[in-house]
Amino acid sequence: MADAGEPEGPERKDDIVKAKQEGKELTKEEKQRLRKEKKQQKKSKEKKDDKPSRDSEKEKKPASAASPAPQTPTQPPAQKAPSAAPAPVPVPASETPSAADKPAKSKAELKAERRARQEAERASKGKKGDVGPQAAPGKPKAPPSELQPVVKRLPEHVQVDNPEVLKKLAKKLERQQTPEYNAATKVKIPLRSDYGYKVSLFSHLHQYSRKAPLTQQLGIPSTVIHPAIVRLGLQYSQGIVAGSNARSVALLHAFKQVIRDYTTPPNEELSRDLVNRLKPYISFLNQCRPLSASMGNAIKYIKKEISNIPSQCKEEEAKRKLLNCIDCYINEKIVLAAKAIAKYSIEKISDGDVILVYGCSSLVNHILCEAFEKNRKFRVIVVDSRPRLEGREALRRLVQKGINCTYVLISAVSYILPEVSKVFLGAHALLANGYVMSRVGTSQIALVAKAFNVPVLVCCETYKFCERVQTDSFVSNELDDPDDLIVTRTGTTQLEHWQEVPSLGLLNLVYDVTPPDFVDLVITDLGMIPCTSVPVVLRVKNVDQ
Amino acid sequence: MELQAVLMAAGGGSRMTDLTYNTPKAMLPVGNKPLMWYPLNLLERMGFEEVIVITTKEVQKMMSTDPKMKLDVKMKLDVVCIQEDGDMGTADALRHIQQKIKTDILVVSCDLITDVALHEVVDLFRAHNATLAMLMSKAHEFTETVPGQKGKKKTAEQRDFVGVDQSGKRLLFMANEADLEDGLSIRKSIMRKHPRMHIKTGLVDAHLYCLKKAVVDFLADNKSISSIRGELVPYLVRKQFSKTTNCPKIKDDAEDQNQKKNDGSTNHGHSSCLSFSLDRSCWNDHRGDMSEAYHGGKLRCYVHIMDEGPCYRVNTLAAYIEANRLAPKLFEEVPVHPSAVISERCQMGSDSYIGAMCQIADKTSIKRSTIGNSTTVKEKVKVANSIIMHGVTIEEGCNIQGSVICSNAVIGRGADLKYCLVGNGQQIEPEGKDHWHEHTP
Repeated sequence: MADAGEPEGPERKDDIVKAKQEGKELTKEEKQRLRKEKKQQKKSKEKKDDKPSRDSEKEKKPASAASPAPQTPTQPPAQKAPSAAPAPVPVPASETPSAADKPAKSKAELKAERRARQEAERASKGKKGDVGPQAAPGKPKAPPSELQPVVKRLPEHVQVDNPEVLKKLAKKLERQQTPEYNAATKVKIPLRSDYGYKVSLFSHLHQYSRKAPLTQQLGIPSTVIHPAIVRLGLQYSQGIVAGSNARSVALLHAFKQVIRDYTTPPNEELSRDLVNRLKPYISFLNQCRPLSASMGNAIKYIKKEISNIPSQCKEEEAKRKLLNCIDCYINEKIVLAAKAIAKYSIEKISDGDVILVYGCSSLVNHILCEAFEKNRKFRVIVVDSRPRLEGREALRRLVQKGINCTYVLISAVSYILPEVSKVFLGAHALLANGYVMSRVGTSQIALVAKAFNVPVLVCCETYKFCERVQTDSFVSNELDDPDDLIVTRTGTTQLEHWQEVPSLGLLNLVYDVTPPDFVDLVITDLGMIPCTSVPVVLRVKNVDQ
Repeated sequence: MELQAVLMAAGGGSRMTDLTYNTPKAMLPVGNKPLMWYPLNLLERMGFEEVIVITTKEVQKMMSTDPKMKLDVKMKLDVVCIQEDGDMGTADALRHIQQKIKTDILVVSCDLITDVALHEVVDLFRAHNATLAMLMSKAHEFTETVPGQKGKKKTAEQRDFVGVDQSGKRLLFMANEADLEDGLSIRKSIMRKHPRMHIKTGLVDAHLYCLKKAVVDFLADNKSISSIRGELVPYLVRKQFSKTTNCPKIKDDAEDQNQKKNDGSTNHGHSSCLSFSLDRSCWNDHRGDMSEAYHGGKLRCYVHIMDEGPCYRVNTLAAYIEANRLAPKLFEEVPVHPSAVISERCQMGSDSYIGAMCQIADKTSIKRSTIGNSTTVKEKVKVANSIIMHGVTIEEGCNIQGSVICSNAVIGRGADLKYCLVGNGQQIEPEGKDHWHEHTP
């Protein structure tokens, strides 16, 4: 165990003794540390050059528990609070010299240490080679005599003027993408690079250009990724398949194709191998366009179904079962749900109504068409916004049916609202705290409707309910191609060279969140519920499954 | 598997018979590599691992002996030989190999030299579930003087009229000047669906097509179509807009065939699910009218037009010379092959290319020329702007400018050739002065 000339050996034993004195809480930590030591012994060759520096530091700080928390300042690459996704913390706390020297630690600090160490282990599993160069330049900044945690460095998202910080952030963002090399299936997915200047508030998100598709880096014909998935990815990135339902349905159909063409390799089980096969496809699709909440739920369902296939099941039968499951899922969660929602909504639409819709939601269009067929007398106001101008498509579908429509841009919403009796909105996802995530502009409409006391009804199938919680539109969103904002009018394109203007950034957001105070009713296939009942539905769903 | 590559290398080179009467077009040396190496290299770089090569027995024999083909081409070549009589068109050839074709195909012609990013063409094919996707390029002017032609004789080029929609990707109309009697007529149905159409004439068809498998099956049934470019492509472009009653027999055939099979094959499964998702998608390829995406049409033809970048079809002498000039630069050829023996007092320009096992003697000057393998150049020879093929012997004191000397020719001592075309195995007598723009077959 703690021998083989590790200089920290004796200190570890000290710590273990101390731990026993300080109570049970440390034993888990100690166990972790011992486990880590074992791992380190395997990697001891790499760390040889770090040893001397470590030794000297260790001499200065005998009893330190190599706390990762105070080490935060010494390592420039963001060691933010664990809220960020696994930060590339250089491997084990013990490797880089600790800066703090505290004899007694409070529970909170110990917890922080443990958390950071766990992250370090997680990071070390993923990036083995990365650490060497990072650890070497990491010099101890704090003077040895300091007892307090070192000066907190400014977290990176505030240091936007610093180009090196931006570069490191970009690198970190790249590494956060699912690993290039999927060791399980030996498949290498190329990374799609970001495009253009990103507005600082959203620099943690990816921004891609439609003119640089991911297929550029793949070979033709695609053997690494199933052709149906490549086709799907292209359709996503070019916007041919857009809209939450359409994307989910297309995804499920593509997976059906993958399953049809799948053959179990010898000595492998279908239930495990197929899931591994799907992983690189999902990361490919994620890079073409970030997955929506509905797609995420669909993927979870499929993975669960695949894992539940009994091992003695023959391949043909297993495939048939899976295809059947997928068909059932589409039928139940999308087609039948739409029918149920239409039935409930039609109760809410009365004759003489003026209904306001925003953008193009397949569900809302379906509801309105059904209501029209049931001979309800109403007219529709379609609100649209740039740059997507999806309202035109909604307008086309409704007018084709024969519904009386008006078309305005979102800037006219407050002028037109006095005429409106109801607002029907579609949703991309319903979050666990009751917030509605939908196309950008929806929260505006809901806000103005609230101001005018117009009821806002959100229509959403239950498969779009997601366990995530967010209260603002910054934390998690999608950045679309900034070049979409460029428009040519009367021969001149003003923003053509926007990249050359250093102080200009184009922001093309896709989603925003609407707080539940603005939403009066959510119509789902389970019935009409208030916005705050979403967690109940989620709990019920989990119990069912 | 997604795409199968098919290389058409059986063409006769009917527009440059001077060069091809002895050497088949596919094996003409361009930059000291056989012509068909270029499309094969393009396919290899893109990631293809297998190619079906349709060619003649003669070309197959030459391929097996050519060092470049054996070493550089790492893909598996499945060579299918057809008769040389020239009656078989490209579509007939496809019909011939119908059994080998299991998925959608990418048809390439052997005389294409380009470095296009193929994914642009294939992405159109994939994303829109197109029946046909092809590549075209803006035509480049040929600046070199063509040997063997006195004066600037502009052959009456038959122009191609290509109509694309506003995005520049969808192919709406294609016709050759020869087929139009007095005017260009466009059907009203096309104009109604696509009110803005751009008609371009200065485009070169690269003869690179992505075709659905259903098209190959359709060809098997319709034996009357014999050429892809001449008949099949215009037929498909026209069929995009025909009424639904006699609508794409192609698609229906495919769906019928696939329904007979038990597994839902890609074609049928995909088109139905695509329409299911497109119904729910808020996307449309056009705006301003009441129809759905693609106007509900099942057959779609797309074209990718290259604005910049080299794209040559080597089917005329002028193109051949231009290609010789530019192709080596494209592929960063080593100017001098390591096995060539060049004496120190030879002046070689930087854009000359010397092939393997050449022997260049003293006091020679070689500028902007390509010299083939196993060529012997004796002393005091000046070669400028010329193409010298394999196995040529050039005796002392010759002066060769702007000419093309075919394989195994012998240029006698002191000959003076300007803008000449010397055929295969010919001999120019010594002291032949002032050959100018001559053409010795």
